[in-house]
Amino acid sequence: MSYFSDIYNGIKTLLTGMSVTGGYFIRARKGSITQQYPDNRDTLKMFDRFRGEVVMPHDDHNEHHCTGCQKCEIACPNGSIEIVWDRQVDPETGKKKKMIDKHIYHLSMCTMCGLCIEACPTDAIVWAQNYENSVYDRALLTKVLNQPGSKVKAGIED
Amino acid sequence: MMNIPLNIVSTVHDWLFSIMPEGVATVTEWIIVAALYLALFAVIGLYLVLLERKVAAWFQLRLGPNRVGPWGIFQTIADALKLVSKEIYNPARVDGFLFKIAPYFVIVGALISMSVFPFSKQFQAFDINIGIFFLFSVSSIGVIGILLGGWASNNKFALIGAMRSGLQTISYELSVGLSLLTMVLLAGSLQLSEIIEVQRTGGWLILQGHIPAIIAFMIFMIAGTAETNRAPFDLVEAESELGAGFHTEYSGMQFAYFFLAEFINMFIISSIAVVLFFGGWLSPFGITEGITWFPEFLWFFIKVLIIIFLMMWFRWTFPRLRVDQLLTLEWKYLLPLNLVNLVIMAVVIWLNWTF
Repeated sequence: MSYFSDIYNGIKTLLTGMSVTGGYFIRARKGSITQQYPDNRDTLKMFDRFRGEVVMPHDDHNEHHCTGCQKCEIACPNGSIEIVWDRQVDPETGKKKKMIDKHIYHLSMCTMCGLCIEACPTDAIVWAQNYENSVYDRALLTKVLNQPGSKVKAGIED
Repeated sequence: MMNIPLNIVSTVHDWLFSIMPEGVATVTEWIIVAALYLALFAVIGLYLVLLERKVAAWFQLRLGPNRVGPWGIFQTIADALKLVSKEIYNPARVDGFLFKIAPYFVIVGALISMSVFPFSKQFQAFDINIGIFFLFSVSSIGVIGILLGGWASNNKFALIGAMRSGLQTISYELSVGLSLLTMVLLAGSLQLSEIIEVQRTGGWLILQGHIPAIIAFMIFMIAGTAETNRAPFDLVEAESELGAGFHTEYSGMQFAYFFLAEFINMFIISSIAVVLFFGGWLSPFGITEGITWFPEFLWFFIKVLIIIFLMMWFRWTFPRLRVDQLLTLEWKYLLPLNLVNLVIMAVVIWLNWTF
């Protein structure tokens, strides 16, 4: 006698499915999940975990966290990061110390794998939430992350 | 008040007969009516495509087409213009003659069935006394076009799609026929205008026939969805398995004919449901009965749109059936239930248990 219970269960499950989609249909007016992208460019905010490009945040005194340890350069699987560094005398302590000259980041080669950011011991580089990164000149994609004249924040190596 | 649409028609009729001989005027009238129905056909087809896309979008919390014109209302017209301007490409190894005539079978079948519907009391091109029978036979012509198209394409996917379509139509034609027969038993006539007159006095047939009529309606909707090759019965053009199914090799306007015919068939199935179950152009509870100028075809189209929405709801809810599940549903469930339902309806009418 499973014949009639099959019919009953079939109709019941079909109606359950239709009630779910019907609910979606009614609620669709309140808010669709579609972003009308070029129109809402001013208000569009990317979510926190979006991987736009790698940036190095600087504070108000033009200081960053990068000690020049080169862990990110080693971690990068395709050589998108190059660090030009130098040993200079630290004016405060009078000792010779490794300092970065340029933290060069090739956005054109980056696959957004995030291994450099995981490798960084001092959280000097982070993901930015920006988008629209395409440009007409390939050279513009090679970026120097540390700002000119910036220096490492004191005490970050301790 | 005068009936404005009827007035226009009779004015045109008198004018035509006054300026030319009787035979020529009659032929001219035929051509005008055919052109009107073609225009109606194109408009209904295009706007059902738009409706389908909008409804699908709302079911999936999207927005749907909204760029061409306000709320995207010219989107499908732009699509049709694009398809008209495209090359009609014949692949090298197709069977040329059959390949070219296949779309016309599909579209002519759909167009002929449109002619018998009573959209309102006067708006009916062809009031034939075997209306339902005629409708049922003509709407089955479409499957010949699908089979021809799939066969002539010389393509494995197209052939599999066409064969599935043949199998599906042969099976589900039985259920559509038997559920229509159940309702014809209650209405006592095959003529569509007569069926609507029956409902004017006794209420809609789905209410008159209560339980067997509701079962017949459910079976008709399932089998009708299968007839039109729509999801969840879209094995014919299962995109994930067969490319585009039977119309894989078609391009341009030939493709558009298949595409529009699918939507017109949906309109036809919904119209049959409205005429046989929901009183055609009659207003619910006779609320516009006394208003003579009220365009009655509005009620017809509102009811048809509700049924079409139901079919779209099916499409965007249920997953596609496998071939064996399709046949099990028809031969083990729908057909026996339908035969029993026919007997129940006969008993209900015999014992006068109708409302």
